[in-house]
Amino acid sequence: MNGDQMMRAHSATLPAPEFPNPAWVTPKPLAESMVAIVTSAALYAAGDEGFSNADTSYRFIASDRRDLVMGHWSPNFDHTGVAIDLNVVYPIDRLTELAERGIIGAVAPRHVSFAGNQPDDVATIRLDSGPAAAAALRKDGVDVVILTPV
Amino acid sequence: MSVLAHVFEAAGIATIVLSSVREMAAKVAPPRALHCEFPLGRPLGRPSDPEFQHDVLARAFALLEAPSGPVLADHPEVIEADEQPLACSLPPRFDPNVAPAVDEARGLRKAYDRTLARRGVTSVGRAVTADEIPHALAVLDAIANGQEWTTAGIPGGNTVAVCHDISTYYEEAALELVDGPVPGGRAMEDWFFDKTAAGATVLAARAAIRDAGAKFPIWFYMTPGQR
Repeated sequence: MNGDQMMRAHSATLPAPEFPNPAWVTPKPLAESMVAIVTSAALYAAGDEGFSNADTSYRFIASDRRDLVMGHWSPNFDHTGVAIDLNVVYPIDRLTELAERGIIGAVAPRHVSFAGNQPDDVATIRLDSGPAAAAALRKDGVDVVILTPV
Repeated sequence: MSVLAHVFEAAGIATIVLSSVREMAAKVAPPRALHCEFPLGRPLGRPSDPEFQHDVLARAFALLEAPSGPVLADHPEVIEADEQPLACSLPPRFDPNVAPAVDEARGLRKAYDRTLARRGVTSVGRAVTADEIPHALAVLDAIANGQEWTTAGIPGGNTVAVCHDISTYYEEAALELVDGPVPGGRAMEDWFFDKTAAGATVLAARAAIRDAGAKFPIWFYMTPGQR
């Protein structure tokens, strides 16, 4: 079993929180929607505070920043793809192109980064930091988020 | 990610997850998920391939047209992580008076600096800076050769952070030393642990710390789990 297969097999056994009454948003047309990225890659803009191990907080990343540090603590995934091309984790240039082509309405002014290695109960991101980040993006006028894991 | 999708959807934002573990996406059932069987750490599949990345995004955004959910679709392409070590030359032995890993790390410094100049940012610096990498390797080499790890003076006092910085320093240096196609998902990791003196030193220090009875997270996360 290679490293990715091992990690996927392990991750599949982790406890899965339940959402008995899941929300559902009927989106407006994509060409009128403002889109943001939410990643769990623990990326942060150079100069911002880094992530601690099992950090439950988040960082905003302004849309014009490309000098991003990979702050994830897990050694169990590839870190070089994002060093070669940020867009393989954080597709900011692709969203910009889609906005220029009129396929999406706009790129959000800022995006959100969490650390993927959360405590197993995920209580804080579910009840505290997650809702706070979501409310901030909604206030920015964000209609759609694309979530990119590592 | 699937948990955050529920949270953001509840705030009134339509969400699409690029799933990397299909079983978890099926269990947590976010409103819309596109499962991508790509190397872990590369949710859009291929670095420096805008066309492929746009294909992933187009399939993801298409899920917004579903009238109800949860929706779990699959990207049709599977990309396996490359298990072949990167072909990357290493500096020749220069100073026989220091450990091979220390010598090697010093020899890679110019390549690391070129990557830094090109990218304008580095992910080295969690426990040590690039200047301190050779010293960090000297400490790990001493531990591998019998020094008690608790008194060896591990820089920053954190085994996991210092190993992150060492492997990241090597990866960023190697980016300047390889030509040809973009390395696959595990190629750089395989190169570091199978081909470099630093990788061998980290593995040996990890084994010594484990054998000395250190707590599991202190030694285990010094390298990927399968090592």
